[in-house]
Amino acid sequence: MKVSFYPGCSLESTAREYSASSRAVCEALEVELREIKDWNCCGATSVHSLNSALALALPARNLALARDEGRAVVTPCAACYSRLRLAQHTLRRDKEKRRAAEEVLGLPLGRLVEVWSLLELITEQIGLDRVAGRVRQPLGGLKVACYYGCLLVRPAKVTGIGRPEDPRWLDDLMSCLGAEVRPWSYKTDCCGASHAITNPDVARGLVGRLLDMAGEAGAEALVTACPLCQTNFETQRPRDNDRPTFYFTELMGLAFGLPETKNWLSKHLVDPVPLLVKLGLI
Amino acid sequence: MVVVSNRLPLERDHRFLDEVRQRSGQALERCFQCQKCASGCLLADYADYAPNQILRMVQFGLRDKVLGSSAIWLCSSCQACGARCPNGIDLSAVMDCLKEMAVAAGIGNDEHAALFHRLFLNEIAHRGRVNEALVLAKYKLRTRELLADLPLGFSLFRKGKMSLFSSRVKDREALNRIFERTAQCKPA
Repeated sequence: MKVSFYPGCSLESTAREYSASSRAVCEALEVELREIKDWNCCGATSVHSLNSALALALPARNLALARDEGRAVVTPCAACYSRLRLAQHTLRRDKEKRRAAEEVLGLPLGRLVEVWSLLELITEQIGLDRVAGRVRQPLGGLKVACYYGCLLVRPAKVTGIGRPEDPRWLDDLMSCLGAEVRPWSYKTDCCGASHAITNPDVARGLVGRLLDMAGEAGAEALVTACPLCQTNFETQRPRDNDRPTFYFTELMGLAFGLPETKNWLSKHLVDPVPLLVKLGLI
Repeated sequence: MVVVSNRLPLERDHRFLDEVRQRSGQALERCFQCQKCASGCLLADYADYAPNQILRMVQFGLRDKVLGSSAIWLCSSCQACGARCPNGIDLSAVMDCLKEMAVAAGIGNDEHAALFHRLFLNEIAHRGRVNEALVLAKYKLRTRELLADLPLGFSLFRKGKMSLFSSRVKDREALNRIFERTAQCKPA
């Protein structure tokens, strides 16, 4: 299977381990990622807060670049996914906005390709049967809380998710890898996003609450699919809470027995290795 | 919590509701103050007004109060409010529209979130991609908080998660065209 790959800016910086683990896991599942040539930033929350026309034009350029390849665009980052998917949704339905975006870009958008998150690609397009078939070392004993955050699930009419208040992708995937998924009600609560920079008290409050609740649910670690959530969990946590937060691709790498997994984990600010050693998983 | 009272001599702008309704594309008159948005809003505890109060103030035409509120900048666009609104109002779209209008009116420029968003947008205008380290450094310089997160910054550099060098978009012409044709915001 071949797809167009959109890494996004965080995967080249704070989420390097998410980038490396995403690429390795896709290779293990025989998915060829063809990076979109000369992709630009999706605009993230900052642009849609300030300029709605630009917020549509930036992801539209990426979709135009991917158009010629004709393959679905896949991105691991929840924020990039949200912007690309919303652009595709809007451009397919709103003729006026589509005309405006084409005028801004100076080219016709043509037939817009599909946009999937990497999590969606793995759980829905590839399927958990194939993932299960690749597991060499089940993650027995690892108790995790699956954290989706906001942008993978909302708004449901754009993401097409059936259960926006209780998504299952990560839960089913983690169960498939052999981990013990702890039920909790905070899967889609906000982590504070860029308030980690602009209003740290707010971000620390929200992250602290989430980590506490994950603990109360009996989880020893969190799993996420969002670079900003992962960074916030590590940098805005209360000092006495050292629950690690994994990218789901890292745990797939661990379960697949990929030797590079240790390199990814060494990038974390909260060292997850002691927990994995304790459980005999590393 | 601040109670909005009609006994106060507040300046009302009767065009405000129509303007927000038209720009956001949301049927604001449908809000019947069930407060479901406020119940699920994790930022409401930190803000001057809850989302339902903002909507009510828009309906009342309280332009200055709304555009000058911290609530619109504290909104993290998590979209929980819109997902739960029984009347299908996309409150994030309303908040985005209010932020855009505040910036256009020159209000709220001292909000940290507004400054961060502008620096982020400028970084895209310059490189087409965002170097997180550069945006952070510029933000810290502008807010004179350079020392606040220095140890954290060091560990991110040490882990190779931040670098002063990063890739950029090669097609400058396409990038410039996008920014020129959507230009609404003044650079920071």
